[in-house]
Amino acid sequence: MSDITKQSLSELVENIKSKKLSSSEVTEAFVERSDKSKELNTYITEDYANALNKAKRFDEKPNLDLKLPGIPIAVKDLFCTRDLRTTAGSKILNNFVPTYESTVTQNIWNEGAILMGKLNCDEFAMGSSNETSFFGNVQNPIDNNLVPGGSSGGSSSAVAAQLTPITIGTDTGGSIRQPASFTGTVGLKPTYGSCSRYGIVAFASSLDQAGPMAQNVKDCALLQEVISTYDEKDSTSIDFKRNEYSKELTKDIKGKKIGIPKEYRVDGMPKEIEDLWKKGIEYAKDCGAEIKDISLPHTNYALPTYYIVAPAEASSNLARYDGVKYGFRADGENLIDMYEKTRSEGFGAEVQRRIMIGTYVLSSGYYDAYYLKAQKVRKLIKNDFDEAYKKVDAILTPSTPSSAFKIGEKTNDPVSMYLNDIFTVPVNLAGLPGISIPAGHDAKGYPLGLQIIGKAFDEQNILNIAYAMEEKINFKNNITDWWIK
Amino acid sequence: MTIDLKTIKHISKLSRISVDEKKAEKLAGDLNSIFDFIEKLNKLKTDNVEPLTSVAETTLKLRSDEVKSKNLRDQVIKNSPKENEDYFVVPKVIE
Repeated sequence: MSDITKQSLSELVENIKSKKLSSSEVTEAFVERSDKSKELNTYITEDYANALNKAKRFDEKPNLDLKLPGIPIAVKDLFCTRDLRTTAGSKILNNFVPTYESTVTQNIWNEGAILMGKLNCDEFAMGSSNETSFFGNVQNPIDNNLVPGGSSGGSSSAVAAQLTPITIGTDTGGSIRQPASFTGTVGLKPTYGSCSRYGIVAFASSLDQAGPMAQNVKDCALLQEVISTYDEKDSTSIDFKRNEYSKELTKDIKGKKIGIPKEYRVDGMPKEIEDLWKKGIEYAKDCGAEIKDISLPHTNYALPTYYIVAPAEASSNLARYDGVKYGFRADGENLIDMYEKTRSEGFGAEVQRRIMIGTYVLSSGYYDAYYLKAQKVRKLIKNDFDEAYKKVDAILTPSTPSSAFKIGEKTNDPVSMYLNDIFTVPVNLAGLPGISIPAGHDAKGYPLGLQIIGKAFDEQNILNIAYAMEEKINFKNNITDWWIK
Repeated sequence: MTIDLKTIKHISKLSRISVDEKKAEKLAGDLNSIFDFIEKLNKLKTDNVEPLTSVAETTLKLRSDEVKSKNLRDQVIKNSPKENEDYFVVPKVIE
């Protein structure tokens, strides 16, 4: 089989289970293609030799009952992997080797998958273009010099370029869904508490969630089934009955009520996005869904709320990087000087900016005006969704306000960069699941995504809607391998 | 509202991030444009709204106080930028 890397996860699993392919053949194919794709800069750390050894060992005694038998996978470098460097895209963790494994990655290895390496991301997942990574920006396989989105930019690029059959990212304000939208791939942000946060480098703990990224909805459902488990090591992990998402997947969504929130029709929304949304509504109707207009009145306040809550939590989480027990250290004249120089040299500009915002909004005299205020508005945003879900089963919106932009285009204007997440951030604030599926192209031929937002713990329902719509949309990603010389 | 250089210096001290004049000016510009954007929240009345601290409606579970991981002292110490056998080394703090 010559085109192994073109196969979807489901096809690969099927071919390994029926012994048409071995894990070694599959792993070699993805390693070889990854190796030829250095230009994309998707990998921070490659672990190819180990991956090939593990594949060989798997083939010697294959356990074909597993869900991901001998499947090679590269993961976002925000997940701690035991004995393999985990950087979070930061200089300050440049040489950090975890002594433990994140629960989500452990779940993946328990089902037979094999780690190929660690994928690039924005530093501490703070960014929407993968340009804040200490390890350099990532190229979008769609076109030269185009951002892959962020923060899971290495992940989205690697899936779209078929360097890994599937991957996992993390999503604090859109970091799975926006890059999926920019690369013509599928990305799911699960309900808060669905996937364990144990062993994921923390950014904003009340918003962070891990989730699957894939080439199609079925693969996405299978990976979600593997990674979503209750975990006592995460105090916010929720013990609820999880579906077998891939087995229960159905295209029958007849009679499902899908809400269209009028407040998402934002000022200056490009016509292409508006048209995509209209097309999406027609696709949903074609699938038998019932469309309803709804209102989420506080939508406009979601981004300002997010830019208080997330930096506040980040400033607190990132206080641990002091150059003492692990990570980078700069020399200083005394202890305080060492701390200040370590953090000034170890963190990049965007991370420093967010630590400063967070420190400010939590500081004495400003806490009530900013942080407490934001928590109250967050409640109003969640109430909006609660109200809407009395009338509908899911909500359909665009994933992003534009297609992927050029590298360097927005780096000098933090606020315009933040606006990228305008449709995804409310979902994190309310703790809901959201999935982005590719739904069309803009005039330049760049992919555009639609987002389906569900009720809490209702992943199955939005996966089903995505699955049904995917068939109607029949999206084809246009990847020319321009980066392979 | 304007964040001046004095405030930037104060926040940088609280954040334990050293900031020189040039960086302080850049940060003041960035933070001011971000806060202009954040100030929008003040238009909203929230007097009787309960703040949302967590969307996960769970209560903390109790667990028995047992050591579950193996002794990882050597590996943990190895991650330190500067160590002396069993200790993390920091600049002298007591004269």
